[in-house]
Amino acid sequence: MNITLRVWRQKGRDDEGRMVTYKLTDVSEDMSFLEMLDVLNEKLTLENEDPVAFDHDCREGICGACGVVIDGEAHGPEVTTTCQLHMRSFNDGDTITVEPWRAKAFPVVKDLVVDRGAFDRIIQAGGFISAPTGTAPDAHANPIPKPDADRAFDAATCIGCGACVAACPNASSMLFTAAKVTHLGMLPQGQPERASRVVKMINQQDEEDFGGCTNIGECAAVCPKGIPLDTISQLNRDLLGSLSKGIG
Amino acid sequence: MDVRLNSNLEWQTVANSTLTKKRSTAYGSTVALKSAMAASGAILVLYLIAHMYGNLKVFSGQAAFDGYAHSLREIGYPLLPESGFLWIFRIVLLASILIHIYAAVTLWARARRARPADQRYQVKKRVVRSYSSYTMRWGGVLIALFVIFHILHLTVNVIAPGGRSDSPYERLVNGFQPEFWYVTLFYVLAVIALGFHLRHGVWSGLATLGVNQARRQPVLNSIATGIALIVTVGFLIPPVAVTFGLVS
Ligand code: HEM
Ligand code: SF4
Ligand code: FES
Repeated sequence: MNITLRVWRQKGRDDEGRMVTYKLTDVSEDMSFLEMLDVLNEKLTLENEDPVAFDHDCREGICGACGVVIDGEAHGPEVTTTCQLHMRSFNDGDTITVEPWRAKAFPVVKDLVVDRGAFDRIIQAGGFISAPTGTAPDAHANPIPKPDADRAFDAATCIGCGACVAACPNASSMLFTAAKVTHLGMLPQGQPERASRVVKMINQQDEEDFGGCTNIGECAAVCPKGIPLDTISQLNRDLLGSLSKGIG
Repeated sequence: MDVRLNSNLEWQTVANSTLTKKRSTAYGSTVALKSAMAASGAILVLYLIAHMYGNLKVFSGQAAFDGYAHSLREIGYPLLPESGFLWIFRIVLLASILIHIYAAVTLWARARRARPADQRYQVKKRVVRSYSSYTMRWGGVLIALFVIFHILHLTVNVIAPGGRSDSPYERLVNGFQPEFWYVTLFYVLAVIALGFHLRHGVWSGLATLGVNQARRQPVLNSIATGIALIVTVGFLIPPVAVTFGLVS
């Protein structure tokens, strides 16, 4: 298939950036979106042009590195990661627009690569448990009701890709933060720090200049891991609980 | 090469960074702000339902309607001075509106900072976003302007299309005569905007206060739609009835 690509090119953090149009011929519909970008980059390299920088690592949908906005949707038209998106989701002759995540908290490093360090700092602020390590305890030493374990596992599947922020009209990272708060809040190991965790994570999130949540739902609709929207309500409940106990 | 080097550098900075020293308090966080918006909104919803019910008394005739308006001034009398309760009520409402608007404007500014004008997407698709969520902010401004006009018209009566009167019933009937179609039109538009505001606002407020769970989500959305419809229709009936001569 033949496609036209409109790609955001930006030399570095301080460059203004602009859309550049490229034409690609003979793209196989079995290629992943990233393989298609590889083909473009080979072509650009041969033509002595600077290849398009994009983030990627596992290419199997688990590392969360590869996020870009494709035709106005985070990770493109399918609910999956960009590396798991295939060219068969597009048609011959399509013009495809590729842009980086857009948020003040995710500054563009180059082209389609953004710095998602803000997510790391939210996790650093409280997205962990402090427990003495040692030999692993017996698996059945600490029984956890099945529904709680399921919810914790579902929330734990967040890969920190940032699609939720990219899609949110307020550029809010609530779904990301709520996934971690829910994951740890459902398990006994998460209880000792539960009340202070949510406060620290929300404060860090605000300091990173993410926007506030208005419960629109674009985040959960594009999340490649299906983190449910109601985790946000669970976070709010935890935060209001902390505030009412004087933990702020 | 350039790219890899660049992102390696990024990694360095992330790994070495400590968290922001500036410690904000969660009492002023985005979540606290929207909880204030939800709580003040809830007071306004309850008020709107009572107000709508009162308006419908216009169909019981002038004596009943004016008697009802007068009786509001007598609540708590002689324990409270004449109109005492009404004034307490008004102060609570005014405080709710001010808190609501303060929170909304602050979060609006935060959202703009989170994705500044020069970082907008060139192409952006709405995936699940509703029209009502899209119109919350400007719709809210329209409603606030309407509330000011409405008070000047029917409460203070300094704007008096069709002539001033001491009888609330006559103010209503005078104001919505066919020759003042533009008054009626503004009223109708504002009430429809209010309906949209409530459709998203009630759902969002409930989610913000922590009520949402996946299986409850459809129920909460139905409650929001129900309240929005009842309030819209209930407020539209009296003035439209006057315009069409059903009440005179
Ligand atoms: C500048 C004016 C206004 C703006 C920008 C605004 C904005 C908003 C926003 C963003 C929400 C959603 C809350 C959330 O996301 O959690 C909301 C909810 C709401 N708003 Fe407004 N608003 C304004 C004025 C008003 C006025 C004048 C009224 C009523 C007379 C009103 C009544 C409500 C109600 C009832 C809710 C539902 C909240 C709940 O049930 O908890 N708003 N508003
Ligand atoms: S919540 Fe979903 S969209 Fe957001 S970072 Fe995690 S996996 Fe990505
Ligand atoms: S490259 Fe790892 S999720 Fe796409």
